Amino acid sequence: MATHTDTAPTAVGSGHAPAEERMEQLVGNLLRIGVLIAAAVAFLGGIAFLAHYGLARADYATFRGEPTALSTLGGIVRGALALHWPAVVQLGIVLLIATPVARVLLTVVAFAVRKDWMYVLVSAVVFALLVYSLLGG
Amino acid sequence: MNLLELTALLFLGAFTAGLIGSLTGLGGGAVIVPLLTIVFGVDIRYAIGTSLVSVIATSSGAAAAYVKEGYTNIRVGMLLEVATTIGALTGAFVAGIVAPQVIAIIFGVVLLHSAWQSSQPREEHVTGGPPDRLATWLKLDSTYPTPNGPQAYQVHRIPAGFGLMYVAGVLSGLLGIGSGVVKVLAMDRAMRLPFKVSTTTSNFMIGVTAAASAGVYLHRGYIEPALALPVMLGVLSGALLGARALPGLRTRSLRLVFAVVVAALAIEMLYNGITGKI
Repeated sequence: MATHTDTAPTAVGSGHAPAEERMEQLVGNLLRIGVLIAAAVAFLGGIAFLAHYGLARADYATFRGEPTALSTLGGIVRGALALHWPAVVQLGIVLLIATPVARVLLTVVAFAVRKDWMYVLVSAVVFALLVYSLLGG
Repeated sequence: MNLLELTALLFLGAFTAGLIGSLTGLGGGAVIVPLLTIVFGVDIRYAIGTSLVSVIATSSGAAAAYVKEGYTNIRVGMLLEVATTIGALTGAFVAGIVAPQVIAIIFGVVLLHSAWQSSQPREEHVTGGPPDRLATWLKLDSTYPTPNGPQAYQVHRIPAGFGLMYVAGVLSGLLGIGSGVVKVLAMDRAMRLPFKVSTTTSNFMIGVTAAASAGVYLHRGYIEPALALPVMLGVLSGALLGARALPGLRTRSLRLVFAVVVAALAIEMLYNGITGKI
């Protein structure tokens, strides 16, 4: 490992402009924080979920489809607030799905700050498609 | 099997998939669906939903590290994400109308191609020649870190890359995979980006592509928390370990072993699809 630590001083050796590097650090941090929060919520919900239902028989050979409480954003949030454990796990998963969406939104803002309108448009199109999908269009 | 046992086994399987997926740049998703359907007997629709979640976890986890190191080309990634998200929505829509057997067969074919592709040796091409006018206009040319300091590179053949990315998006949405192989193919071969830039930018894009179809699958009830939980956490821990080991790691022999495993799973998927056992 010692040989790698001196060759990887994060973005310093990439040759990117300072503004570019700042955006890379921001995007990297957002992805890390989003995934950490999502994993923490799913993990804590998962422990409680397994403590309650761990000895139940697990059978997913036939597709039944998730109920509304676990397949709509409203249902999931309501269930999670009522500490319905499967819904808490599902909320963690929704947060994970939302992480790349938040990353795209951050990219829109970062390009706007730099008045790079071409890429504001490009990122905004991607953001709109993601929101359309997540809100169940 | 009870839920605790299934959770533990799924976690182990997903951890391995995440580690290898991140080291080879192919993503763990390619093996999650066969693992769930063939080994655990899970319905392919739940398997696809679960796999998509794991793909987002791998991509975001590993991308966080690569973006900071300056390998990822964010402009190339954003531009091509337009193609992959439209493709992903198309794929998720198609998945809702075709029979599960058809999906299994397509999965098998794509997996066989991935196995073949990942066993091919990689040669780093020299980026030279006249700059591409479209790439210059789109400000896509950039630099990436090497042991000898920043190395400049140019981007070529953007329309070809864009078209391939749409295909990658369709496959991602239809099969619940990251389709890193097609993404790397588009950037490495068609657009002639340096290999490490291709793999890390692919990883960066995979999360957004998968999120586009994951929304559709969530509303369709394909995402089961009891399956997604251990797979997501397993793949994430494996991928994080893999991302830390990336600089300087020789992945050639690992790619070969992975190619053989993927080929075996592909044949099993094809067989199950054709005989209607899925």
